[in-house]
Amino acid sequence: MFLLAAEGGETTHNPILPLWQEIVVGGIAFIVLCFVLMKFVFPRMEQTFQARVDAIEGGIKRAEAAQAEANQLLEQYRAQLAEARTDAAKIRDDARADAEGIRQDILAKAREEADRVIQAGKDQLAAERATIVRELRAEVGTIAVDLASKIVGESLADEARRKGTVDRFLSSLESTGAR
Amino acid sequence: MFGQSNVLAQGEVNFPPSVEDFYLPSIAPWGAHNNYWFTKITLMVWLAVGILILFFLLTYRKPQLVPTKKQWLAESIYGFVRNNIAVDMIGHQGVRFAPYFTTLFCFVLLTNFFAIVPFFQISPNSHIAFPALLAAISYVLFNYVGIKQHGFVKYFKNALVPPAPWYILPLLIPIEAFSTFLVRPFSLAVRLFANMFAGHMLLLVFTLGGFAMLNANALLAPVSVVSWLMTIALTFLEFLVIVLQAYVFTVLTASYVQGALAEEH
Repeated sequence: MFLLAAEGGETTHNPILPLWQEIVVGGIAFIVLCFVLMKFVFPRMEQTFQARVDAIEGGIKRAEAAQAEANQLLEQYRAQLAEARTDAAKIRDDARADAEGIRQDILAKAREEADRVIQAGKDQLAAERATIVRELRAEVGTIAVDLASKIVGESLADEARRKGTVDRFLSSLESTGAR
Repeated sequence: MFGQSNVLAQGEVNFPPSVEDFYLPSIAPWGAHNNYWFTKITLMVWLAVGILILFFLLTYRKPQLVPTKKQWLAESIYGFVRNNIAVDMIGHQGVRFAPYFTTLFCFVLLTNFFAIVPFFQISPNSHIAFPALLAAISYVLFNYVGIKQHGFVKYFKNALVPPAPWYILPLLIPIEAFSTFLVRPFSLAVRLFANMFAGHMLLLVFTLGGFAMLNANALLAPVSVVSWLMTIALTFLEFLVIVLQAYVFTVLTASYVQGALAEEH
């Protein structure tokens, strides 16, 4: 294979037979190329690719973590909001119940007050009536006695006063009047 | 550069071009015809190695997570071979081989590319020594990987004995052995070499043919122009072949490695 067709200089070359000098030169050159590129360049490219992949995957992981945290916070806020709503409803219910109670109290008090005022009025009226009746009784008795005395005579006055005739008469009048 | 300028300077056109046009005189010592250590071809190989090393070391001196334009370019090349060749063909194990495949792809692509760069205009890969060397490395690589993966016996059993009825095996085993262990490296080397050889030959034919016709008869000048226009068109075709062959060489190497790693046929 390494035989030379052209060892004799100007003699014809056979293109299908390789020149061994070229194999040697080509071999050395190619090995140098392989050594430099495969040792110093392509492994670093592979590292860069890996670093790039890591960077991208790290970014995705960070984004996922942030997303999870956000979701958790959202959940928490929702829970808090629901709790607050329940509290608010409870407070509203309490307030409504309180208001109702207070209303009832006020109504009861007002009714009581009204009753009391009415009662007081009634009592006063009764008292005044009793007073008036008492006064009238005395006065009417006196007037009647006076009138009778004037008609019948003066002596009758002492006797009537003694026997209580007038009072009896008035009581009977009163009882019939009341009936 | 030297070949064509010699031809033009001598005012005589060496038509039709021959195999000797691929073997230019040596640079050091100047003009020697049987010294191959420092020729235009080997100079281009060193140049390709230098350009690739400089490019990758400079663009990847300070790699950053958010790449600069140059870093992005270097990463794209590696990423292309890594994802579209190594991982696609071999699977996740292919990442191990991506650095070598990328080196191989870049080297073949750049040395091929010299075929259409002005003043270079010949690819080192049109000398079979370089494709043969790369094919030999691929051959050693896939056999080594296979033996390491399966052990010596199992690897050869996997490679040589297809799942077929026993009575057909005496026919299949020699065919498998021939195709896997003889044809593969040979076809790998010859495919690249022949494409670059033929491409250079085509460009030579149309370029020199133009001069030849002009020299033969001034009235043929329009035909010469057509011939040179063809050269330009073929240069575009050549560009396609350059990229395609670099890709094919890498993909086939990856495919052989994948075959060696695979459990069964």
